[in-house]
Amino acid sequence: MSTTLETHRDDLTSKTGMWLFLFTEMLLFGGLFVVYSVYRYRNGVAFHLAARELSVAIGTINTIILLISSSTIAMSITAIQKQNKKFALLLLSITIFLGLAFLVNKYFEWGEHIKEHIYPGSSILALRGQGDVLFYGLYFFMTGLHALHIIIGLVFIGVIGVLIFRDKINSDNFVLLENSGLYWHLVDLIWIFLFPLFYLIT
Amino acid sequence: MSIENGIEEPSYLDHIGKYKGIFSWIFSTDHKRIGLLYMFSILTFFAIGATLGLLMKFELIAPGKTIMTAQTYNAFFTLHGIIMIFAVVIPGLPAVFGNFLLPIMIGAKDVAFPKINLLSWYLYVTGVTLVIISQFAGQGPPDTGWTFYAPYSFRTTGSMLPAVFGAFVLGFSSILTGLNFLVTIHRMRAPGMTWLKMPLFPWSLYATGWVQLLATPIIGITLLMIVAERTMHIGFFDPTLGGDPLLYQHLFWTYSHPAVYIMILPAMGAISEIISTSSHKTIFGYKFMVASVLAIAFVGYFVWGHHMFTSGMSSTALYTFSLLTFLVAIPSAIKVFNWISTMHKGSIDLQTPFYWAIAFIFVFMVGGFSGLILGSLAANVHLHNTHFVVAHFHFIVFGGTGFAFFSAMHYWFPKITGKMYDSRWANIGLILFFTGFITLYGPMFYLGFKGMPRRYYDYDEIFHAGNIISTMGSWILYSGIAIIIINLISSLKSGSKAPSDPWGGKTLEWTVPSPPPVENFIETPVITKGPYDYK
Repeated sequence: MSTTLETHRDDLTSKTGMWLFLFTEMLLFGGLFVVYSVYRYRNGVAFHLAARELSVAIGTINTIILLISSSTIAMSITAIQKQNKKFALLLLSITIFLGLAFLVNKYFEWGEHIKEHIYPGSSILALRGQGDVLFYGLYFFMTGLHALHIIIGLVFIGVIGVLIFRDKINSDNFVLLENSGLYWHLVDLIWIFLFPLFYLIT
Repeated sequence: MSIENGIEEPSYLDHIGKYKGIFSWIFSTDHKRIGLLYMFSILTFFAIGATLGLLMKFELIAPGKTIMTAQTYNAFFTLHGIIMIFAVVIPGLPAVFGNFLLPIMIGAKDVAFPKINLLSWYLYVTGVTLVIISQFAGQGPPDTGWTFYAPYSFRTTGSMLPAVFGAFVLGFSSILTGLNFLVTIHRMRAPGMTWLKMPLFPWSLYATGWVQLLATPIIGITLLMIVAERTMHIGFFDPTLGGDPLLYQHLFWTYSHPAVYIMILPAMGAISEIISTSSHKTIFGYKFMVASVLAIAFVGYFVWGHHMFTSGMSSTALYTFSLLTFLVAIPSAIKVFNWISTMHKGSIDLQTPFYWAIAFIFVFMVGGFSGLILGSLAANVHLHNTHFVVAHFHFIVFGGTGFAFFSAMHYWFPKITGKMYDSRWANIGLILFFTGFITLYGPMFYLGFKGMPRRYYDYDEIFHAGNIISTMGSWILYSGIAIIIINLISSLKSGSKAPSDPWGGKTLEWTVPSPPPVENFIETPVITKGPYDYK
C-alpha cells in the first residue's frame, strides 16, 4: 500500500473502478431486458412474426464483426506488453475499422426499416398492431442505445491510440488500454444478448 | 497553519495550488474542497426546496385558494420533490460528509479517483440546472410530482424533458460518487485497518455505495424511456400503444425504494459515530451494526412493491412485499437498540451533536413505526395517497436524513472549519427545529387517518384545524433552520479556534489538526486497535 501512495498509480484500483462501472452498464441494459421479457411474454405471436422480418444475415455478420474486434483489442494489450507498439496500433485500427463497419451495417439495416415506414411513432407501423409497435420500439431503442455505446467505445479507443502513439501508454503503463478493452468487451457482450433476442428467437 | 512532528503543513483551506480565488475551489480535486462545494450547493437547493414547502403549507392554511392556483401548487410540489429527493437528501450525507471524511476516517490521502469526484459535482450542478430550467422553459413547469408516473408524464404539456433528463444526470452523479467510495474503501484503507476495524460511517457509505451503484442505473434507463416516449412515442408505458403504465411504477420503485436507503444508511452511520463519541463508549454490538447496515442495503432491494399495494398486483406479490417490508424493520430496530445500549453506562457529554442524535432517534422511530402501519396491506388501502404517507416519509426522509445531516454538521463543523460554534444558539435552533418539525408533520398523521388526500391545494372544511396547526409548525421549523444556519455562518468569523479533538472522539479524523492539512496525514497512520477504543 505504501508504494501505491508514492507512485500515485494503482492499476488494480483503476480496474476495480472500471469493473464497477461495467456493473452499472449491465443494469442499465438489464432494465431494458426486463421490459423486453414482459412484452415478449404478453405479445408472443406478434414478436415471433416481427422477428422474422429482421435480416439474420446482417445480424450474424455484425456479431462476427464484433467478436473479431473484441479479439483484436485483446491482442493489442498483449502487443503493448511485448513492447510492439506498431502492431498494437495496427490492431487498434482494425478494432476501430470493425466498429465502424458494424455501424455502417446498422445504418443500412435501420434505413431499410425506415424506408418501409417502420419506426417508432409511425402511423403505418401502428396499423400493424400493438405487438409490432412494441417489438420495433424496443428494437430501435435497444440497438440504438447499443450503437451509442459503440460510438463512445470508438472514441475511447481513438484516444487510446493517440496516447499509445505518444508513448503515454507503454509496456509499463497500459491500464487505460485494458480498461477500454473491458468496456469494448461489455459492448460486445450486450450485443451477444441482443442478437438472439431480436433476430434468432422466431 | 498547524504543526505536527515539527513539520509545518498548511491546512486545506490555506493551501495555495495552481488556481486562485473561486477557481481554487471549482477546479480542485481535493476531496475536502469538493465536499464543501457539495455542502454549499446542497444547502442552497435545500433553501429553495424548503421555501417551496413553506409556500405550499401557507396555501393549505385555509380551504380554497389562498395564495396560489391548483396548477401552481402542482408545479410547486413537483419541484419541491425533485429538488429535495434528487438534489438534497440523496447526495446529502455521502457527498458532503462522505467526501470530506471518508478518506480521513480510513487513513487515506484522497478518494480513489479525485478527478471523477470533481466530475460528479459538475454533473450534479448540471442536473439541478436542468431541473430548474424546466420551470421556465416550454409550456409551463412539470406537474407530475417527483415520481413522473406514466402515462401522465408523457401526456402533460409541462416541460418534462429537462426535468426528467436532469434527474437522469443527477443519477449519474450519484453513481460516480458511490463507485468512487467503493473503490476507495476497497483499496485505500490505511495499513492495519481491516474490514472490522473500520468505523461505522465508512461502513454505511460502503453499503450506500453498492445501492447507488446497483440501483441507480435502473432509474437511469427508466427516465430515458420516458424521454423516448415523449419524443418518439415508442409505447413502452402507453396503454394505447400496448405498453403498461404499471411496468413504469415497478421500474421506478425498483430504484426509488433502495434510494430511501441511500438517504438513511449514511445518516445511521453518522449517528453511530456521534453517539459513540458523545457517550465516550465503544459502540454496542459493532458487528451487529455492520451486519444490519449490509442487511438493510440488501433487503431494501426487494421491498419496492409496497409503494404499489393499491396499483394492482397479484395477492402473492402483495403478501411477499408486505412480509419483506416488515423484515427490513428488524435491522433498523437492531440499530436503534444498539444506539440506546451504547449510551447505557456511558459518560455522556451533553453537547449539541448529541441532542441532535437523540432527536434523530425519536423522529426516526416515529417514522419507522408509521412505516409498519403503511406496510400492512389492509391499513395501506385506507391510508394510501393520504397525508399519512406525507407525514411518514417526512419523518423518515426529513426527520431521518435531515436531523442526521444537522447532527453531523454540528459534530464535524469544528473539524471542517477549524472553528467552534456558539452551542447556546445551536441548541435554541435545534429546539425550534424539533418543535416546528413535530408541529408541522404530527397533525398530518391525524389528517391522513381522517382521509385528507395528498397533492391537492384544497381540502374539506373538516380538515381545517389540523392544517392551521401544521402551517404554524412550518413557520417555527423555518425560523429554526434560519437560526441554525446564521449561527454556523457567524461562527466562521467569531468562533474560537477548534482543537483537533473537541468531543473526545477516537476515530482517525480526530487525530489530524482542525482544519486538516492538504494531504490529511503527515505520516500514513498504522491501525492497531478497533475504531472506538475507549477504556
